Parts: sequence; C-alpha cells; structure tokens
Amino acid sequence: MGRKLLTEHINVEGIDTLEVYRKHGGYRSVEKAIKTMTPDEVVEEVKKSGLRGRGGAGFPTGMKWSFLAKPDGVPRYLVCNADESEPGTFKDRQLMSKLPHLLIEGMITSSYALGANTSYIYIRGELLYVLRILEKAIAEAYAAGFLGKNILGSGYDLDLHVHPGGGAYICGEETALLESLEGKRGNPRNKPPFPAVQGLYARPTVVNNVESIAAVPVIVNEGGDEYAKIGVGRSTGTKLISACGHLNKPGIYEIELGLPVEEFIYSDEYCGGIWKGRDLKAVVAGGSSVPILPKELILKTAAGENRLMTYESLSDGGFVTGTMLGSGGFIAMDETTCIVRNTWNFSRFYHHESCGQCSPCREGTGWMEKVLHRLEHGHGHMEDIDLLVSVAKQIEGNTICPLGEAAAWPVAAAVRHFRHEFEWHVTHAKEAAQPGAVYRAGAVLA
Amino acid sequence: MESTATKPQFSEAAKAEIARICKQYPEERRKSAMLPVLHIAQAEFGGWVSPEVQDLVAEVLGVKPIEVYEVSSFYTMFNLKPVGKHVLEICRTGPCMLRGSDELTQHLERITGAKVGGPASEDGLFTLKEVECLAACGFAPVVQVREKYYEQLDTQESVDAMLSELRNQVHRPALPWEETGLPNAVANN
Repeated sequence: MGRKLLTEHINVEGIDTLEVYRKHGGYRSVEKAIKTMTPDEVVEEVKKSGLRGRGGAGFPTGMKWSFLAKPDGVPRYLVCNADESEPGTFKDRQLMSKLPHLLIEGMITSSYALGANTSYIYIRGELLYVLRILEKAIAEAYAAGFLGKNILGSGYDLDLHVHPGGGAYICGEETALLESLEGKRGNPRNKPPFPAVQGLYARPTVVNNVESIAAVPVIVNEGGDEYAKIGVGRSTGTKLISACGHLNKPGIYEIELGLPVEEFIYSDEYCGGIWKGRDLKAVVAGGSSVPILPKELILKTAAGENRLMTYESLSDGGFVTGTMLGSGGFIAMDETTCIVRNTWNFSRFYHHESCGQCSPCREGTGWMEKVLHRLEHGHGHMEDIDLLVSVAKQIEGNTICPLGEAAAWPVAAAVRHFRHEFEWHVTHAKEAAQPGAVYRAGAVLA
Repeated sequence: MESTATKPQFSEAAKAEIARICKQYPEERRKSAMLPVLHIAQAEFGGWVSPEVQDLVAEVLGVKPIEVYEVSSFYTMFNLKPVGKHVLEICRTGPCMLRGSDELTQHLERITGAKVGGPASEDGLFTLKEVECLAACGFAPVVQVREKYYEQLDTQESVDAMLSELRNQVHRPALPWEETGLPNAVANN
C-alpha cells in the first residue's frame, strides 16, 4: 500500500469544509511557512523535494519558481493551471471538487514563497460547478484569516480568485492561458519572453498545475528531503493517475512513483485488470498526446525490464519503444479496440483544438484527420500511411506551442507500432469500414 | 441608435455578480472579466449569446464589440445560435468513445429527435452538441448540461433518468447569486 500524500482524507465526510479540513491537519503549511520560514526557504524546500510539474511537462517546480523575476515595486503573480483538458486526464477535477482547501492551502503557501499578493486559479469553463465549490471554500479561508490582509498577523497580504475558461484545450498551454485570463482568444505567445519575466499583464508570473500546487503543503510540512525519499531517482513523491478506458476499476489513484505498470493495471488495489475478461491491447500512458504503446512494450521495456510508473522508466527507449508519464492520463484499450479509429478520434480532437495561429498545426492537424478518416472509412490508399508520418514530421518543431507535437506524436506512434492495422484498413477496406470492425491477426471481429 | 425596447439588460442580481467579478482584476484590466461575464450572459439570456447580448457585454466591460465577438467565436462553450431548453453536450473524445459515446449519441438522437449540430428537437426541449474531452474519462460516457455532469450513461436507465430530470425542470437551477433560476428559454429555430 503506497503512501497517500494528497488524497489520504479525500473520502472524509465534510472534508470540503474548512472546519473538517483543519481537523485533519489542514492549513498547517500556511502557519509554518508564514510564521517560521522566509519565502526563499520555502522555495528551497520545494527544490529539495524534486517535485516535477504534474501537468505533463515534468519540469522541476522549484527551478521554475527560482526563475521568477523580482524587480522592485512590480507585482508578480501565481496562476494555477486548472484547465484540465488533456484527454484521459481527470485528476484535478476530482482533487478540486473533493479537496478544495488543499489547493487553496497550496496556493497560499506557494504565493507566499513567490511574493505574490494576487493569485488566480484558472479553471476550465466546463467545470463551473467546481468553481462554485472553490469560491465557497475561498470565502471560508478569508473568514478564517488565511486570505486577505495581514494573514495570521504576519503583514503578508494575499487575494485569491477563481477564473473560468470558455472551452478551449489550448488554454492549458501556459501563455494561451494567460491570454485567456486577460480576456482574449487563447493564442499561445511567442517565447521568449517567458512568463517568469513577462506573464500576466506583462508582469513576472509563475503558472503551475493544480497537482503541483497541492503537493506544496506536504513538502513544507514534512520537508523537501522527506518528500524526495518517496519514489525512484528523479521521479520523487506521489502522482495522481487518472485511469480510464477498458479497465475494471477506472478512477483516480494516488501512487508512489516507481510502482510497476503491470501491478497498476492488474492488481485489485488499483485498476483490477481489463474489463470483460479481455486481453490488453495497448495503453496511452500519459494523456492523449503521448505515444501509444502495445501491451508488450507498456509492461516491459525493449530491454526486457519491468516498466515502472516513473518519468524515466516510461520514456525508456525514447519514442522508438517508449512513451511519457505526461499528465498521468492512463488510457487502457482492450483487444477489440480499433487503433485506426482511435487515432482518427484523437486527430479530430487536435484539429478541433488547434488555435489556428501556426500553419503547420492548423493545416497539418486537418490533413491528418482527413487521411485517418478515409482510412477508417474504407477509402484509404497504401501511400496514405507514409503520408501521415510525413505530415506529422512537418508539424513537429514548427509551431509556437507544443500542441503541434501533441497532435503529431500519437499519429506517428500509432503507425510505428500498429502499421499492420493501417495496411489492413487498405487491403480489407470494405470489412474495415464496418462498424465495430477490428483487425486481429487477420480476422474481423464484430 | 438602437431602440431600447429590444436591447437586452442584465438582471439586478447579475449586475451585482458582474461588479463582484470585475473587482478581481486590476482596475485597468476590466477586459479580464470577459469569459466570466459571457458565462453569466449565456445563463441570463436563454443559453446563447446573440449579437445584441455580446454588444451588451462589450458595453459592460468597456471594450469594443469586436473584442467580444472574437472571443465568443473562439471558445466552444458559447452558443452563437438559439438553442433548445437543454443543451446536451456529449463528450466524443477517445476515452468516452472507448466506453460507448458513439452509441450514446445515436441513442440520444433517436430519443430526442434532434440531430447533433442541428436545430433543437421539435418540442424545443433538447439541443444536441458534441464536445471534446470533459475531464471525466473515468466515468465515461459523459454528458454535460449547463453546470451539471451526467456520468456513466452506459445504460438505458441512466439515460432515461437524465432525460426525465431535464424534462421536469421548469426553471434552470439557480446560480449562487440568484434566488431562483430563470425560466428555461424556449427554442426559436
């Protein structure tokens, strides 16, 4: 049984109220940080913890914090990225709706560390009901003196607000998010300048994922060194995994980094195996944009070692035989899943969500969707398969933001590992176009 | 000058909420309230934002109308055409597809008589809209109606329960700043 640093009390009745949250040790990190630590000491603990950004990129949080410019007399901001939209990922929604005070506590402690006096939680617009939960909890925190002027008599002031998006995946990209928070279309900005220098309202800004911020209280309470003892190598601490697809027990699991993938999928403590007694075919381990891996490669690396739930182990083998931990959006597909159809679905998503600013992404995502659509619907040609790979290559690295890569990687990986299925869609076009048709060792399954 | 008779106006409760929201941003950054105010506008004016309503939003925020149009057309949550009383936003992305969202969509089209992306059902009750990932993948398939998520809609019973709940709603649920919810708009196809 792994340690639960964030979700230990998630099912306690009334934990969404300040009173019950306090009874379970809530807001201790605010008291400890503000009364006994300097802001730099808090940053130092987060650095020592080895915490890496939980939104998907895995960049060390403490290092990101240390890049924040601090010119005299210029306000700086902490913005929490709660625009959770990566297909397969639903951990932040659960965390915020059940444990709103954990995020608020993390925001206060982190804002203190960064010297921000106004902070925002940017939550995707679809989650307005969660915004209501957070606003209620924030009002409680103000009433208890954890927010507002002169917090706990320290002289430190902080206002915290929740801001809704309007339905746009791209706003999870941090500069698009800032544009959106300024009341504009979510077009990512050219970098540099980076947000740490010119972010919200052109002021120095740190943008962190919900789960990263939620890890700060435990790091401050127990110390960065203690936190870093959990996990393996540079993958420290715990991670929330959103498990979905064809699993017996989909849901949110807080795991200690280092858990074997096989145990995560098959053990009753976690996902309980594949539904309907079927066999596992493939996994997308870190949200829809990371490369898909067939069963053999998700359970073991190409070298035959057990694959672990860590940043390093999942990426072992690079993109040839590996993938990424990403956001922890873990999508399992059983043997009846059509990889071509699934890839088309993801391509349609990225085409829909491209902001249209960069031609390679705007046009390329559309091309990939169209070509995949015709392959899936029985109108494809053999050369379409290489065309897909070629379009994906031409998007990669040629866009302002990583949505281009996010769209290209799943397509390239699907062709890399399941080329025979794409070929079958051409050679057996009529059969493949039937609803529910799936390639399996040459047979059509309905 | 447009005639004042047709010009939409926010309710007093909504005006107070907008004033509260605008205070969250620096005085000179009132435009930041764009998305929250558009959400309020859509809830106030029957589930969609007409050009007149968008002009009102521009006026309230002190920006040019084009600044509102370019935002409302970018974000998928804002309906730019009239909708039925209830907009059913069906998630169609991978994880929901793996758990039957295609079948759910077909089923909802059959039961309601509305088509995805088309006008509301003839009784004016339902508009069907396919949306991308709603961040509820572990509880797929999922439909969102206003602020509520209906999850695990993989049985006839769960879908029937959702539809009957919606059919029985005379008013939409009240928002935190309202005493009661507004009457649901009637579709105007």
